[in-house]
Amino acid sequence: MTIKPLIKSLSAIAGIGMVSIAAHAATTELTVYSAVEAEDLKKYAARFNQDHPDIKINWVRDSTGIVTAKLLAEKANPQADVVWGLAATSLMLLKNENMLESYKPKNYDQLSPKFKDTSENPVWTGMDAWMAAICYNTVEAEKLGLPKPTSWQDLTNPVYKGHIVMPNPSSSGTGYLDVSSWLQLFGEDKGWEYMDALHNNIGTYTHSGSKPCKLAASGETAIGISFAFRAAKSKKEGAPLDIVFPTEGLGWDMEATAIIKGTDKLEAAKILADWAASQKANEMYNEGYAVVAMPGIAQPVEYFPANAEALMIENDFAWSAANRDAILTKWQQRYDSKSEPK
Amino acid sequence: MSQTMTNKATLTTTKRPWLGRRSLDEWSLGGVLIIGVLGLFICVVLPLYTLLSKSVQNSDGQFVGLANFAQFVSTPSLFNSVSNSLSIALISTTIVTSLSFLAAYAISRTRIPLKNTFRTLLVLPILAPSLLPAISLVYLFGNQGILKELLMGESIYGPIGIIIGSCFWTFPHALMIMLTALANTDARLYESAEALGASPMRTFFTVTLPAAKYGIISVAFVIFTLVITDFGVPKVIGGQFNVLATDIYKQVIGQQNFEMGAAVSIILLLPAILTFATDRWLQRRQSALLTSKAVPWTPPARPLVDKVFLGLMCFISAFIVSIIAMAVYASLVTFWPYNLSLSLKNYNFDLMDGGGWAAYWNSIQMASYTAIIGTIFIFFQSYLVAKMAGFAVLKWLFHLFAILPLAVPGLVLGLAYIFFFNAPDNPLNGIYGTMTILVVCTISHFYTVCHLTATTALKQIDAEFEAVSASLKVPQILTFWRVSLPVCMPAVLDIASYLFVNAMTTVSALVFLYSYNTNLASVAVLNMDEAGDIAPAAAMAVMIMLTCMVARLIHWLLGSVLLKHTQHWRQR
Repeated sequence: MTIKPLIKSLSAIAGIGMVSIAAHAATTELTVYSAVEAEDLKKYAARFNQDHPDIKINWVRDSTGIVTAKLLAEKANPQADVVWGLAATSLMLLKNENMLESYKPKNYDQLSPKFKDTSENPVWTGMDAWMAAICYNTVEAEKLGLPKPTSWQDLTNPVYKGHIVMPNPSSSGTGYLDVSSWLQLFGEDKGWEYMDALHNNIGTYTHSGSKPCKLAASGETAIGISFAFRAAKSKKEGAPLDIVFPTEGLGWDMEATAIIKGTDKLEAAKILADWAASQKANEMYNEGYAVVAMPGIAQPVEYFPANAEALMIENDFAWSAANRDAILTKWQQRYDSKSEPK
Repeated sequence: MSQTMTNKATLTTTKRPWLGRRSLDEWSLGGVLIIGVLGLFICVVLPLYTLLSKSVQNSDGQFVGLANFAQFVSTPSLFNSVSNSLSIALISTTIVTSLSFLAAYAISRTRIPLKNTFRTLLVLPILAPSLLPAISLVYLFGNQGILKELLMGESIYGPIGIIIGSCFWTFPHALMIMLTALANTDARLYESAEALGASPMRTFFTVTLPAAKYGIISVAFVIFTLVITDFGVPKVIGGQFNVLATDIYKQVIGQQNFEMGAAVSIILLLPAILTFATDRWLQRRQSALLTSKAVPWTPPARPLVDKVFLGLMCFISAFIVSIIAMAVYASLVTFWPYNLSLSLKNYNFDLMDGGGWAAYWNSIQMASYTAIIGTIFIFFQSYLVAKMAGFAVLKWLFHLFAILPLAVPGLVLGLAYIFFFNAPDNPLNGIYGTMTILVVCTISHFYTVCHLTATTALKQIDAEFEAVSASLKVPQILTFWRVSLPVCMPAVLDIASYLFVNAMTTVSALVFLYSYNTNLASVAVLNMDEAGDIAPAAAMAVMIMLTCMVARLIHWLLGSVLLKHTQHWRQR
């Protein structure tokens, strides 16, 4: 018997209170709001903690629209310290509400201009791009005799009636980037006309952007409008999916990081913001996303098209953020009350 | 602590006899009752008041009159939601009321075999979260469902799914009320009917049905309220079929529009209050029905009738068991429907939304706290109300506050808690986002049934005990400890197990109150389904159900041990 265990147990017994107080002082806990896929949260926190074990991340995760609404609702009394992984369009909205702390992370200058807030006092920093994709279940489609779509317009073909599931743009960031990209690709009037036609074929609008692809993966629907990351993951898990990247171009949005104004843990928040823009972080994003903020980092991701960046539309984020409220209201009025039994 | 309190009281009396021991004893217990009244006032009445006032304010807190209601009424989807909600609730109520009546009739008025087995099977749904049937229906009748053909082309996503799911989870509630309503009957009535030559049909309509009348009405109202305020089932299986409860959820969770949510929940309070009032009124009428001269009745053997009812019971039981079995099976299938090999992959909650396994352990912790703290508080307070002399006004207030939660749907209570406890100027806002608020909310939510159970049990004990011990100068707390508590042990255990099971399965109030470090298993089921992880959602629902089964088993074991010690006197 060495003396070590004795010391250990003594300190454990005698100093439980002190240790916990000391530990409390040594670790800063950050409340981090995020819309990153749930399965990645643990990985993100663990990688960050490899470099900064003294900062503990408490995640609050939900779909983009929910996190955005939550942040806006808490405006008077913010609960979050940092936002890590929320759509840039949402962060622009929060910026207009003057809710974000201006901060240039260490690697700011190395990031591609597309991925950062280029204003004088930048408040958000991009991480990666996530883009629309269609999950097409080959097994179910064959049973139902549904041809494989290649474009957004194809989806309005009456043959697909009831077989398409898409995310509700008010709760899902993926849903919103779809709607916003259609309005930009086809023009406002044509865009709404397109959605009217598409609406006739929609089986359900879902809460989250991943659900349509998960439903397609399990054959619950034949076609799910979702995003490339989720499509690639589901295909990798063995789902009979073909991933379709529509020819007109892909809507996309950035996941981005920002510090909430008024946080009392600003130092820790800055450390996290720095890390989220680091090369290591960008390499981590690249494990699931083909296009990341730091140029020259991205390796091809399985099941993503090689020319992913070329397929992405010229996205006018400022327009998309500024009109978010109006577009969503109009969308809800038109489609949210789709409730007649089919 | 109460021991020392009473000892002190005894000491004081010997020194100053004119004060009277009894009186001091009474005052200390009275103090506890005052704390109880205040507790309920803070945890039930004040939050509801805050909710009411929020419904007439805008998001900046200015008074806007009925503007929120006006906005709600002008929403184009409103009319749909209201009529959808009403029709779903009416159809479900009709089905559940008639089925539960027939089932209760089979148990109490026929000679079918295996009555105890049926009873156990039929109340199984109460151990599962209400989301379980909805998820199970996806696997049974969804587009990849194994029994999809049975729907003949109709979609399970929508009214059909909501109705089946609602019937499943509300059935045990209905059955328990029906069994009570049909349990006591006067054999003399049946004898008279027979002597007068009434046909079995006529006897049924003139004797059986009138006796159960109030039970039936009561069931109808309860089920109607349960269905119209539930959002778990419509959320999972409703597809694009909007109902009022999901509207609130969308307003509050989806758009964080709390004021609008408050307005809609006030509207949802209406059916609940109506139910509550009817129920009170009925109970007053009911009590006169059974006299002390009633003679217990044994059902005669009627081969044909018995066979028909046996068939019916088998059908209902098979339905319930197959819904549960499907959820269990689906949770074990690796990748539905393309890889049917069994694995525990879906139980790897840490890779999903909802908080992972931590959520499950949180739920167990929360349910245990709720059961322990809730039972102690509720039973002791009920004791004071039932057995203490004096304090008539306080007792009346307490009873009023204790009955109130029955009329408040969980959804409404949860919202009320946000408004009340999250207000920056509330000295109690420190508990917001903690385990404490979840426990407080759950105890408040399920208060009434526990209070009534305790009161009923306590009323069966003769008041003489208190009178005798008072004349023997025994402190009342000792009488409580030595007589009332042991005698009421079965009721105490019932309360604890009721609280535990409900805390494990409830979603409606807590979905608004959990925080990042207090994720709950039942809420995780909802969140995982929202994110499209349906099989893991089924897995978590199954975990909750298994836990509740274990809890019931412990309840039963504890019960049989304790009963030997405390209930011996009941046998001759």
